[in-house]
Amino acid sequence: MAVITYRQALHDTLREEMLADENVFLIGEEIGVFEGSYKITAGLLDEFGEKRVRDTPIAEEGFVGAAVGAAMLGLRPVVELMTINFSLLALDQIVNHAAKIYGMFGGQSNAPMVLRTPGGGGQQLGATHSQNIELYYAFVPGLKVVAPSTPADAKALLKASMADNDPVLFLENLALYNTKGEVPDEVAPAEIGKAGIVRPGSDITIIGYSRMANVATQVADKLQQDEGISAEVVDLRSLRPLDRETVVESVRKTGCAVIAEDDWLTYGIGAEIAASISDGAFDYLDAPVRRVAAAEVPLPYAKPLERAALPSAESLTTAVHQTLEAVGHRR
Amino acid sequence: MAETATRSKPTSSGSKSRRGGARSSGNRAQQTQEKAALGSESPEQLRDYFKQMSLIRRFEERAAQGYTQAKVGGYCHLNLGEEATVVGLMSSLYNSDYLFTNYREHGYAIAKGIDPNRVMAELYGRTTGTSKGLGGSMHMFDTDVGLLGGYGIVGGQIPLATGAALAIDYRGDNQVVMCQMGDGTTNIGAFHESMNIAALWNLPVVFVVINNYLGMGTTVDMASAESELYKRAVAYRMHGERVDGNDVLAVSEASGRLVEHARKTGEPAMLEAVSHRMKGHSVVDPAKYRSSEDAQAARAADPVAAFRDQLISAGVLDEDGASEIEQTVQADVDAAVAFADDSPHPDPSNLFDYTYATPVANDSRRLPADPVF
Repeated sequence: MAVITYRQALHDTLREEMLADENVFLIGEEIGVFEGSYKITAGLLDEFGEKRVRDTPIAEEGFVGAAVGAAMLGLRPVVELMTINFSLLALDQIVNHAAKIYGMFGGQSNAPMVLRTPGGGGQQLGATHSQNIELYYAFVPGLKVVAPSTPADAKALLKASMADNDPVLFLENLALYNTKGEVPDEVAPAEIGKAGIVRPGSDITIIGYSRMANVATQVADKLQQDEGISAEVVDLRSLRPLDRETVVESVRKTGCAVIAEDDWLTYGIGAEIAASISDGAFDYLDAPVRRVAAAEVPLPYAKPLERAALPSAESLTTAVHQTLEAVGHRR
Repeated sequence: MAETATRSKPTSSGSKSRRGGARSSGNRAQQTQEKAALGSESPEQLRDYFKQMSLIRRFEERAAQGYTQAKVGGYCHLNLGEEATVVGLMSSLYNSDYLFTNYREHGYAIAKGIDPNRVMAELYGRTTGTSKGLGGSMHMFDTDVGLLGGYGIVGGQIPLATGAALAIDYRGDNQVVMCQMGDGTTNIGAFHESMNIAALWNLPVVFVVINNYLGMGTTVDMASAESELYKRAVAYRMHGERVDGNDVLAVSEASGRLVEHARKTGEPAMLEAVSHRMKGHSVVDPAKYRSSEDAQAARAADPVAAFRDQLISAGVLDEDGASEIEQTVQADVDAAVAFADDSPHPDPSNLFDYTYATPVANDSRRLPADPVF
């Protein structure tokens, strides 16, 4: 078992799958000669050539749509969208076409492709480059949306996404690329649509995904250590399909929940999770479900403002304390 | 005779006519006089063109009728007036070649080789339809004949077609992709992005613009700074041509040539077929924005009647022969309506069958009335 970065896990998986299947090719801006803005594709152009590592013009709608068309004929494109913010330029091709091809033609065609893209704030990139808009895609039947939080999950979910016959939006996070974790030598593909209990506990459930799943785990470890609070952490891993059962089961056990999300609060992923808890665990709740999310502002550039706008370990810890106070939790 | 974009032309056709304005281009009249000579096709082929054009004409009239009877729902965009273009274009493709169209596609589906029964059944929303009733008028599909879909978003099909050509190139196959669109499409970003990518990567796709001078109710010169659309190819170092879309032989010749060039070299090309739309944008559009002269011109340009006359003058058909073909297609369309009417509606218990190609764990498969979990 090796300890590698999230970045390395993504790179290794792409390379392994390209070696295994001639139909897999990479397409996106700056992925070849430049080796990717975040260097996920480093070395792959040299190894696989221009046919399979295809630099594109800066024209998201054109090249994402071309990947959809190629997928319809049985190729397995992996698109890199430099950031999720730029995916908006290709929204028509993703939402109106990739997601609909299987359904609207009665199952005669499909678009087996992966759209890899990082999101997230915290790098002082300003309002248009710091968004968590995975919800736009998680809303759409026909798409699948996964959001790994660790190197091992990144590998297992990318394998699963590349093997899937549907379009998968594979959400990365700028803050995760350099994080490290243990990755087994042999990683089996994950089951898309399955959440994970990354830390068992009995007092409270914290639900997160991507960066915030890791923040939740750190917070839970500290609460255990400092205050003897036993928090269970659920990492959603997949935003569509959504594993409501794992969430509900956990909340039935602990009786209360805090949701940690990097996106905006109103209509966000957390709202859907809260509704699922209300639907499936209402009678088990000892306190209202609380949500920690980004401030609802265009993300500012200035460092103190940006920091204040994003959910953090501190804000999550506060929310856990408030919830446990409402429960009357005795430590 | 076709014009090519590589020729240097004097300034464009000029007059900025507004709603329902007269068509400004002098090229149309010129082209009508310069029809391709009758004779490169066999008499059987010519009769078959006439049969297909008549079939599409009759089919579309019945589709409109089905709409007024509420047998056909949704939107319904007809090919009436564009039969010569449709049949001419499809004559240049093999079954193994791929076609992507916009939402005005019934004629293309038939001319590409789909049984009219299945096309009508799709309009009726039945399981026997081209997309099992899930697509409707705008979303027909048939892998067997290479129709890779009708698409309802203006220009949404262009990147897809380019990607299909990329797959052909990737595998070293020798099919060609044809991407059909209307004149209004040429102003969206996806058009330009895809033309650029196709030229940059040398992909075998022929972009075909049906210029009927109207994007819904907006005339081409209200919408396009350069209304001679084939000239846009120049910006992508791509060969572009304009052809008289009312002349099935001219369309067939031009598209056949461009398709074979794409097949041989992998180079993309653009063909503009200048045509008429006899009716409104869709069956519910009374086309009040059109001047009576314009509507009259569209009716006068009837390509089916013109081709019938042409074949009779040339001795390829006589009156009896033409009538016989017309009766045959009438019977075919009657049969298609009966087939559609008799076909089963999809069963609501199959509602979730085609959302995902790879079934998912924990899918939200539920109807609004179902309990939540």
